[in-house]
Amino acid sequence: MSDHEYKPTSKVGRWFNDRLPLLTLANHLTDYPTPKNLNYWWTFGGILTFCLITQIVTGLTLAMHYIAHADMAFESVEHIMRDVNYGWLIRYIHANGASMFFLAVYIHIFRSLFYGSYKSPREIIWIIGIIIYLLMMAAAFMGYVLPWGQMSFWGATVITNLFSAIPLVGEGIVTWLWGGYSVDNPTLTRFFTLHYLIPFLILGLVVLHIWALHVPGNNNPVGIDIKKPSKDTVPFHPYIVIKDGFALLMFMIVFAFFVFYSPNILGHADNYIEANPMVTPAHIVPEWYLLPFYAILRSVPDKLLGVVAMLSAILILAVLPWLDTSKIRSAVFRPLYKQFYWILVADVLILGYMGAMPAEGLYLLIARVATAYYFLHFLVILPILGFKEKTLPIPLSITEPVLGGSPNLAMAKNKESLNK
Amino acid sequence: MSDKKPERRDFLFTASYAVGAVGVAAVVWPLVDQMNPDASVKALASTEVDVSSVKPGNTITVLWRGKPVFIRRRTQEEISEARSVKMEDLIHPEKDEDRAKNPEWLVMLGVCTHLGCVPLNDKGDYDGWFCPCHGSHYDTSGRIRKGPAPLNMEVPKYEFVNANTIKIG
Repeated sequence: MSDHEYKPTSKVGRWFNDRLPLLTLANHLTDYPTPKNLNYWWTFGGILTFCLITQIVTGLTLAMHYIAHADMAFESVEHIMRDVNYGWLIRYIHANGASMFFLAVYIHIFRSLFYGSYKSPREIIWIIGIIIYLLMMAAAFMGYVLPWGQMSFWGATVITNLFSAIPLVGEGIVTWLWGGYSVDNPTLTRFFTLHYLIPFLILGLVVLHIWALHVPGNNNPVGIDIKKPSKDTVPFHPYIVIKDGFALLMFMIVFAFFVFYSPNILGHADNYIEANPMVTPAHIVPEWYLLPFYAILRSVPDKLLGVVAMLSAILILAVLPWLDTSKIRSAVFRPLYKQFYWILVADVLILGYMGAMPAEGLYLLIARVATAYYFLHFLVILPILGFKEKTLPIPLSITEPVLGGSPNLAMAKNKESLNK
Repeated sequence: MSDKKPERRDFLFTASYAVGAVGVAAVVWPLVDQMNPDASVKALASTEVDVSSVKPGNTITVLWRGKPVFIRRRTQEEISEARSVKMEDLIHPEKDEDRAKNPEWLVMLGVCTHLGCVPLNDKGDYDGWFCPCHGSHYDTSGRIRKGPAPLNMEVPKYEFVNANTIKIG
C-alpha cells in the first residue's frame, strides 16, 4: 500500500470517507504496486473473477426458469433451451462457463506451481485457493446433476456411493445425503440449494484470497522479494488493468467459440436422455476437469483406499508449501525442479486421459503408474529436491538483469536509494 | 492463571459452556436430521408384486424405494449351477439356499455393490449378471464372482403373500 494517507479531493468525498473509508480502499486497489515483470500467466486471476461473475449471473437467470423437481427438472431445462428468450444462450454460457472456469483455474494453479507462488509468505493465499478449488468441484458436480439426465443421475449415484466406502457409518451417510434409499427428488432439491449457495461462499473466499494477496503483494516470474513501491513496480491501474483486460478478451474468444460453435462438445450425449433409475448408461465418465482424480480413484483396487487416494491427491496440495523445501521460488532458477514440473504436468494429463478410458488392461496399468508418480512427486521428489538441487544465482531486483551490472549487493542498494 | 485454585467463577464458566454446547447441539440436530429420509419416503417402504406372468428363465424388474429389484424365475439348470458352486470359490461366501428360500425365485436388489450401477441380465462370465460400469460379474445366484464389487447383490426382506404375489420390504 502507498505510504501516504489518502485524502479525497472533494468535501463530500472526505465527509463520506471519514465515515466509511471505501474511497481509501478504491485508492489502494488502483495504486496497488504490482511487479512490472508479470507475464500473461498472471492474468488468470482476473479471468477467474470474470468466470465466477459470469456463472453467478447466468446461474441466477437460469434459476428463474428451472424447476428443481425429479418429474419436471429435465423438462424445464428443455423449456429453457426451446421456449425461454435467449435461454439456449444463457444455458450454454453457464454449462461451458463451468469448463472455462476449470480451464482457467488449472492454468492459475500450475502457474503457482511453476513460479513457487505458494511459498512463504503466501501460504494462506494458496490454502484459500485450494478451498476455493474444492468448492468449485462440489458446485460443478451438483450443477451437473440438476438437468436430471442419465449422466446426472448415474454420476450422482456413483459419486455419492463413494461415501459408502467409509467403514461403519458409510451407508448411513449415503442415505442421509440422498434423503432416501436412492438418488431421488430429495437429493435433487438439496443439490440445487447447495449449488446455489456455493458460488457465494466462493465469492467470499475470493475476497479473502485477494486480501491475503495484497499483504505481501504479488509474486513475480523472477520469484524474488521486491521493494514496494519502487522501480520494480507499476501501479495496478492502468498497467495491469489493461493487460488483464486484453488477456480476458483473448480468453472470451475461446469461451465464445465453445458457446457458439460446439456447445455440447464438452458434455455427454447421454445427458439428453431423462434420468432412469432402472437403466445404467454403458460408460459412466465425469466431466473432463475431474478425470485425473477419477483415474486415481479407479487405479486403486480397494474401494475404501481408492476413495482415500482420490481425496489425498487434492488435499496434498494444501500442505505443498511445507513439502517443497526449496527456498528459491521460481522454477527459472531451479534447473531440476523445472524438469520435474513438466513431468508432473504430463503425468496429470496422462491421468486425465486414463480417467476417460475404461479401467482395464494397459489403461489401468498406465493409470496406476501415473498415480504412483503423482504422489511420488509431492511426497518424495519435492522434499529431497530442496536439499539436493543446485540452484542458479537469483538477481537482486527485477530491474538488475535488464540494466546489466554485477549482482552486487552494494550496487543494488545504491540503485534502490536512487529510485527513491 | 494455571497456578490458581479453581474458583466459583471457573465453575460458572464451565457450567455455562456445557449448557451452551448442549443448546447448540439441540439446535443443530434438527437441521442435520431433516436431510434423512422423511415420513413419505419411509411410507413407501414396502411394495407388492404380482409374479404370475413371469415364465421360467425370465426376469422382471420392479422399483422399490427408488431402486430396481430383480425378480427372476430361475430354470432348473440355473438353480443347479448356483447350488453346485463351492464356497471357497466365492468372494463373498453365501449359500444359494440362504439367498433363494424358494429356489425357483431369486429376489434381489439390482444394484451393483461397487458404486451402485444396475447390472445387465443374462450377461457376464457366470451366466448371471454383468455390471457395465466397472466390469463386475455375478452368477445365477447374484453372487459376485469377478470384478471390483466387494459383495453379492443384496437380498431384501421379502415374503410370498400367496403363490403369485411377492411383498418386498
